[in-house]
Amino acid sequence: MSVLELKEISKHFGAIQALNDVSLTIEPGGVVGLMGDNGAGKSTLVKIIAGNFPPSHGSMRVQDREVHFHKPVEARESGIEVVYQDLALCNNLTAAANVFLGRELRRGVWPFRILDYATMYKRAGDLFKELKSETRPRDLVKQMSGGQRQAVAIARTRLSDARIVLMDEPTAAISVRQVAEVLNLIRRLRDQGIAVILISHRMPDVFSVCDKIVVLRRGTKVADKQISDSSPEEVTALITGALERA
Amino acid sequence: MAVSLDDTINHQTHSTLSWLLSRQTFWVFLAAVLACIALTFMTDTFATKNNLFNVTRNFAFVGIVAIGMTVVIISGGIDLSVGSTLCLSAIVTGLVMSAGYPLAVGIAAALVAAILVGVVNGVLIAYVGMPPFVVTLGMLSVARSMALVLSNNKMVYQFGPDQALLLQLGGGTTFGIANPLIALAVMAVIAGFVFRWTGWGRHIFAIGGNEQAAILTGVPVRRIKVGVYVISALTAGIAGVLMTGWLGSVTTNLGTGMELTVIAATVIGGANLAGGTGTAFGAVVGAALIEVIRNSLILLGISTFWQGAFVGSFIVIAVAFDRIRSFRQSD
Repeated sequence: MSVLELKEISKHFGAIQALNDVSLTIEPGGVVGLMGDNGAGKSTLVKIIAGNFPPSHGSMRVQDREVHFHKPVEARESGIEVVYQDLALCNNLTAAANVFLGRELRRGVWPFRILDYATMYKRAGDLFKELKSETRPRDLVKQMSGGQRQAVAIARTRLSDARIVLMDEPTAAISVRQVAEVLNLIRRLRDQGIAVILISHRMPDVFSVCDKIVVLRRGTKVADKQISDSSPEEVTALITGALERA
Repeated sequence: MAVSLDDTINHQTHSTLSWLLSRQTFWVFLAAVLACIALTFMTDTFATKNNLFNVTRNFAFVGIVAIGMTVVIISGGIDLSVGSTLCLSAIVTGLVMSAGYPLAVGIAAALVAAILVGVVNGVLIAYVGMPPFVVTLGMLSVARSMALVLSNNKMVYQFGPDQALLLQLGGGTTFGIANPLIALAVMAVIAGFVFRWTGWGRHIFAIGGNEQAAILTGVPVRRIKVGVYVISALTAGIAGVLMTGWLGSVTTNLGTGMELTVIAATVIGGANLAGGTGTAFGAVVGAALIEVIRNSLILLGISTFWQGAFVGSFIVIAVAFDRIRSFRQSD
């Protein structure tokens, strides 16, 4: 059974063909590295999966059920969560407030519904523990390291029953130690049976956590293979076009 | 000894005292208290019942509007139209009541006018996507012009059958405390509660902190932004009604330039014009401090021409203080 299946997805913006017949299957707990040069169509593909816009052609199935997303919230309801490149965090709020942003827990009876801080702090703490991240729920996000910020963004996806997590460049612009921390977070998600699509430019990251690699070039899928059957050299050649297809 | 993950996650970084000392509002509050103590010893007129009554009532009007302004500033916006909205509401109350309608109708009409102003501001900002500065600058002009049109620029000083009630509402006292001050206290408590304990309160802070993040996480940003400007206009409307009752007459220059005093009070009280920070208590303390400075200059016999210099310097000092502290933190 596949958790996500894309069939011949195409997308054009006016005369520009951004994606051309891309098919892709992802298994539960699979970690797929999505690579390609700038403008290869990675972001377009991610945005289609996340429900930002519908494809021009092609179909999409989540857990063997055909889906048509028109808004990001519909994708989220189907169990697809996105960790954005800029992380979409509010620096002026605490880690817990960020995790629960837009889905705050409340207690009491209407109209006396108030925020349930105690439970939110506790659940956020539990999520950080589950991710094995040293992140304190009550700390402000602006005081946090890149790795901790990633943990907050990822913990957010764990609130709902996410089955697929899309991560856009999570290791860009953070320190080496924090990269290791983020890669561990990805492994933690995988261990819980969650499929991860990792968009990255960093070859070592992709080769250390992914089990499958997909390469896009000019809107076309040029490779889709097990990571063990590939090599960084081959992938570089595929991205640049030195190697036509693999 | 290895520290367990549990300990790290549950560790509390700030004690209550260090949290308190890190707040601009606390220091401004301290400054206001010290100024009051100093004035008590330096003059025999400050700590009199009459003077304290006047001081507290005077800052109540600015304080009420400053609470609405704090909501706007937390969300990352600004509302320059509050002075004009206050005037428009006051004129509307005056005209409706002088036409013979009861107080309740007068108040309702004033608040409807204020809500209308807020909705226009909010829709243009949230749905049309125009900058708050431009929209509310336009409204500053439009609302005052409306007040002139409605009243034909005549002073309103007769308020029909309920005149005594209106004068009592704005100028009277309850248990020896000026009514506007009671209104301020009630509104500050409500605002403080909403900021801390409601999802709506969380969301205005989130919008001010990172609007894009709020949108991506499904916060109804546009709807909340309209609400923010409606609340700001509504506080101006309430202050307008109370001011009418206090003054006993309304002219169309009421509240001219008030937006700047209100913004000053909000900023002195710790709200950040970049959005994302601010407290209801801060707005009240900021308004109080400005009034204490004004009052002390008068009592000490210093020319009132100096007022602007003192208030202006305090804005800069309060914010500079905050900057210095955050420099030290980042070291």
